[in-house]
Amino acid sequence: MFNKENKNKKSNSIKDFNKGQLLDLYREMLLIRRFEEKAGQLYGMGLIAGFCHLYIGQEAIASGMRFTMKDGDKVITTYRDHGHMISVGSDPKKIMAELLGRKDGSSKGKGGSMHLFDLEKHFYGGHGIVGASVPIGAGLAFADKYLNRNNVTYCYFGDGAAHQGQVYESFNMAKLWNLPVLFIIENNHYAMGTSVSRSSSVDELHKRGIGFNIPGVKINGMDIFSVISEGQKCVDYVRSGNGPMLIEMDTYRYRGHSMSDPATYRTKEEVNCKKDIDPIDSLRHQVLESKIANEDDFKKIDDEIKIQVNDIVEFAKNSPAPDESELLTEIYN
Amino acid sequence: MTLRKLTVREALREAMAEEMRNHPEIFVMGEEVAEYNGAYKVTQGLLAEFGNKRVIDTPITEQGFAGIAIGSAFAGLRPIVEFMTFNFAMQAIDQIINSAAKTNYMSGGQVRCPIVFRGPNGAASRVGAQHSQCYASWYGSIPGLKVISPYSSADAKGLLKSAIRDPNPVVFLENELTYGFSFEEEYDDDHIVEIGKAKVLKEGSDITIIAFSLVVKYALEAALELENHGISAEVIDLRTIRPIDRQTIVESVKKTSRCITVEEGFPFASVGSEIASILIDEAFDYLDAPIKKLASVDAPLPYAENLERLALPKTHDIVRVAKELCNK
Repeated sequence: MFNKENKNKKSNSIKDFNKGQLLDLYREMLLIRRFEEKAGQLYGMGLIAGFCHLYIGQEAIASGMRFTMKDGDKVITTYRDHGHMISVGSDPKKIMAELLGRKDGSSKGKGGSMHLFDLEKHFYGGHGIVGASVPIGAGLAFADKYLNRNNVTYCYFGDGAAHQGQVYESFNMAKLWNLPVLFIIENNHYAMGTSVSRSSSVDELHKRGIGFNIPGVKINGMDIFSVISEGQKCVDYVRSGNGPMLIEMDTYRYRGHSMSDPATYRTKEEVNCKKDIDPIDSLRHQVLESKIANEDDFKKIDDEIKIQVNDIVEFAKNSPAPDESELLTEIYN
Repeated sequence: MTLRKLTVREALREAMAEEMRNHPEIFVMGEEVAEYNGAYKVTQGLLAEFGNKRVIDTPITEQGFAGIAIGSAFAGLRPIVEFMTFNFAMQAIDQIINSAAKTNYMSGGQVRCPIVFRGPNGAASRVGAQHSQCYASWYGSIPGLKVISPYSSADAKGLLKSAIRDPNPVVFLENELTYGFSFEEEYDDDHIVEIGKAKVLKEGSDITIIAFSLVVKYALEAALELENHGISAEVIDLRTIRPIDRQTIVESVKKTSRCITVEEGFPFASVGSEIASILIDEAFDYLDAPIKKLASVDAPLPYAENLERLALPKTHDIVRVAKELCNK
């Protein structure tokens, strides 16, 4: 099975990446972080409304797994989708415009924060019903297998969704038909306000596939090198035609479940303790220690991202509301 | 055009087989559709012709396989999902509505979902409350879905072929009791019936009876009997629930000035309720009598033979109400 085959493969470490790759990973994670911080501000200003779920703290997962993808691989996730859409290379200006409900948004303002899509980048949403995107992800993989495409679907969902019945229906059929799908649980330890320990009879979520003969691994989702090296093994396993795999990414979201959640169910100490293992700071620290890049390299990126995010916000703010005629378009093809 | 005698079951099977022959991205998925040849034998022979890559037995997991089929449609395939009955599709209704019907809109037109959900709908016979429900008005109220419920064999075939070709999600509501009905009808070589068009089955001048699926049979029987009472009834087979054919309905009632709707669904917010609303909007000044809605009684469908009979509209109910409306 998975573990046996991969035991002897060496894990990646910082030395396996060149300077350009390391700085790109930093840049991408930082872009997600700053984008999300700005989204939080704009929400507070009333420019973003409704539900808005931030990805802050979980960036290493989207950015790290992106590193393992090849052309045509598909991504699907739940409503905490901004980071994933950025990581597949979508234009963040369009994402922010969508969050503001504007004409130039990725869904022309008709989807909102939870419903981001970019088919050109093989990003299939952006789904708001907890658990419902999991069979859809298996279905994307079904299509790849049916059409003999050697692609993998990256199907992300949270620890909360991991309890839904349809997730297990999907596990069963995905293994029964050996679909090329990688189920990735982003375990940030809280399904809205309910901790995994309060909601789960077995809290080692990577074992949830055992009854379906789906191998599972737990990966430190706060460390991008672990995500890439361990994640790559799982992707290779799936891409080789072995059927699905399950990854539990151990991670943490710094903010509440959504913008309307003050997250009083967690102590300040707990949140601050998690911030000590911040994926972005950690990458920066490791790179500096290895002397592959220096402070100036990072400072330059910090400044560039600051400007980029300001441009993103300006673009979104300046985009007009969708035309009223859009109300009744795209209901049918 | 060829005159052929086909059962509804055979017509549905032909529709799927013909479309599958021409388009390799079409596949059939559902419980017992392959090796068992269909719980009601609608998919008989498809496995033998198309193989197990395209005719796929699923475990009993409606929500899961509906979701998988929807995902495959997002990625370019054209699934036909058979629900053993639409009662079981309630397990999957979130996927049908939230995922299949809404994603095109939510994605600003990027994500298409060409999929057909089909299977028997409505009451069968003596199978109790959980296996006997009509979902026409449920799905009919959802923007993004098309909803079809045919009666005759030729309509079943032509509309199913249209549904399979449609780039939108289509809910195709069949009826178990009609599967074995035989109809002698004209067929084109490539027999297509346009979605969204009702059909006037019998012209009349005194009253319009609007029905769909099995109860079209009762409407036709009632119309014949009403002739004996000097009442000329026009019978319309709705065929498509959504988009509903407002024009045919309104034009007919403008002519007859009276209307009865017949269905097996629950009466509250039913298809008949919607038709009444349309007529009040668009033909109010033409009405000479209240619009009457014949539906199931407002109760779960009972098992006992006499109670089940009382619960659903029958030919004699239509006749009685038509006579009342026509003062005869």
